[in-house]
Amino acid sequence: MIAPFKTGYAQDLTLAKGPGSRIAYAVLLAVMAAIPLVLGEFYVGELGGLFIFAIAGVGLMLLTGYTGLVSLGNAAFLGIGAYTNAILLARGVPFLISLPAAGLLTAFFGVLIGVPTLRMSGLYLAIATLAFGSIIGTVLQKWDGLTGGFDGFAVQTPSILGFKIEGAWGVYYAALIVLVLVVWVSLNILRSPLGRAMVAIRDSEISAQSMGINLAVTKSIAFGISAGITGLAGGLYAHYVRHLAPDSFDILLSIQLVTIVFIGGLGSLHGAIFGAAFMRLLPQAIAMVRDDLPFGLGQLPGLEPSLFGLILVLVIMFEPGGINGRWVKLKAYFAAFPLHRKPAARRQKSYAKSERLR
Amino acid sequence: MSIFAAQDIAMNFGGIRAVEGVSFTVEPGEVFSIIGPNGAGKTTIFNMISRIYTPSAGKLIFAGEDITSIPPHQIANRGIARTFQNIELFANATLLQNLLIGRHCHSQVGLLAQFGFLPSVRRAEIAHREKAEEVIEFLGLQRYRDQLIANLPYGVRKVVELGRALCIEPKLLLLDEPSSGLNVEETEEMGYWIEDIKQDLGVTIIMVEHDMKLVHAVSDRVMALASGRILALGTSAEVQNDPEVIRAYIGGAPV
Repeated sequence: MIAPFKTGYAQDLTLAKGPGSRIAYAVLLAVMAAIPLVLGEFYVGELGGLFIFAIAGVGLMLLTGYTGLVSLGNAAFLGIGAYTNAILLARGVPFLISLPAAGLLTAFFGVLIGVPTLRMSGLYLAIATLAFGSIIGTVLQKWDGLTGGFDGFAVQTPSILGFKIEGAWGVYYAALIVLVLVVWVSLNILRSPLGRAMVAIRDSEISAQSMGINLAVTKSIAFGISAGITGLAGGLYAHYVRHLAPDSFDILLSIQLVTIVFIGGLGSLHGAIFGAAFMRLLPQAIAMVRDDLPFGLGQLPGLEPSLFGLILVLVIMFEPGGINGRWVKLKAYFAAFPLHRKPAARRQKSYAKSERLR
Repeated sequence: MSIFAAQDIAMNFGGIRAVEGVSFTVEPGEVFSIIGPNGAGKTTIFNMISRIYTPSAGKLIFAGEDITSIPPHQIANRGIARTFQNIELFANATLLQNLLIGRHCHSQVGLLAQFGFLPSVRRAEIAHREKAEEVIEFLGLQRYRDQLIANLPYGVRKVVELGRALCIEPKLLLLDEPSSGLNVEETEEMGYWIEDIKQDLGVTIIMVEHDMKLVHAVSDRVMALASGRILALGTSAEVQNDPEVIRAYIGGAPV
């Protein structure tokens, strides 16, 4: 195990935890940038989709994993972002403006839903956001003049300064750039007073308030940021699917996003990306082995959703830290090899908390 | 001039009168203890001062300002910090992060500056860190600095909560049963912290406490409550020998 030698407080504010991790992330970025040169179009397209879901996962992670607010309406934010971007493009607005505009408008909607739901938490908040999702779904269906109704419409190919962002590669690079930006901004938020206020609200609203944190404002901001990031993902999603229709932004998509943050591991940005990777790769893995499964298991309808459900339950039961939790333990194991002790990663029993002020 | 005054405050929960007609003043730099049997209304008074409850009647005056109706998140800005009876720390954050959240009421950086972590935010963060480190040094918490609260023993958590309150740089500190759940040694240590806070930092303290030894050791004045009313108010010795107080605690024939 390597403990960095610290000589100043500024050192604790840097994002990289040491020279090793700086190199590791630089290499990862370089590999990601080079992948389209090596892999075929199908894989590049799938990875682009993975990045888009990772962006949406980071958005929901800030809300659910860090602020402790569950949202079952994030598919609606994805939809608002996708439609805004596509509609603006169709009206001749350049991509470099339409995508941020999609993010901003979605953030505005996020604050809007955040305000009336401030007094709710847990299940009630989940139901309120679910209702919001279905309202937006209906609006997308019924507002024929703007959204093309049930049939939807084809999304235009965007271009930046004359270069067309075409096909799998275009989406891949656009999503990669947005993902890196979003993760950077999220990391900045998390090391700033706002990020700490979010964590404080998650862990104890009552004492957060006594520390001078304005619950209403902070929760609305958290909703706005989460929605804005999800809206950016939505804008890119429009180019990934190329044809927008309201039924792609239903409750199932919201549940997929929630599954991403739970399986990935609540309270970690790594987790959001791990979760997105898992969510996008499992269907591919199932498709690969489908024909070789015994007893005709592969032909069963609903194999995919039930596997997701099963895995979600298993993760919640046996590894509440999600994939990221497992990853952290694995790293600790190899860092201390061969001196690793099992209890080092055991969950601690926590003391009962006061319920009298709730 | 007194730093804090409660004027005839009352709190009703439906038909239950938890606190009724309580008035007291706290002088700058003193340790003012509130004692009383369970259900006497001690914590209710604390929750009224920290504005979690709004008094049904009466006024709260802090440093010459009426704070009866300001929102609860502005209490910290005024210079009132509190701890909780059953520890309300941020369990999934490190000790250092908990202390930095205590600095929240002093942070004034803009939202967009935080998105980009601009130099102004960096400077402010380092200044907050320096303050937090002062508190860590004051309370001797150095070796727990980067540990998650969830992994710390109960006694240490009590001290961390005290530290988080100190990060607010309060003028008035409300301690809700600082010794609850602590063993004899830790309680004694808590007594020393309280004296240090009073003498070195000049912070005025209002404390709810059951451990009479601790109350006796650190309090300048003691107020005894029972069923939401004041029984006695005076020095620790006076209150402990008050026949009304003795009767409220151990029962017995009416005098």
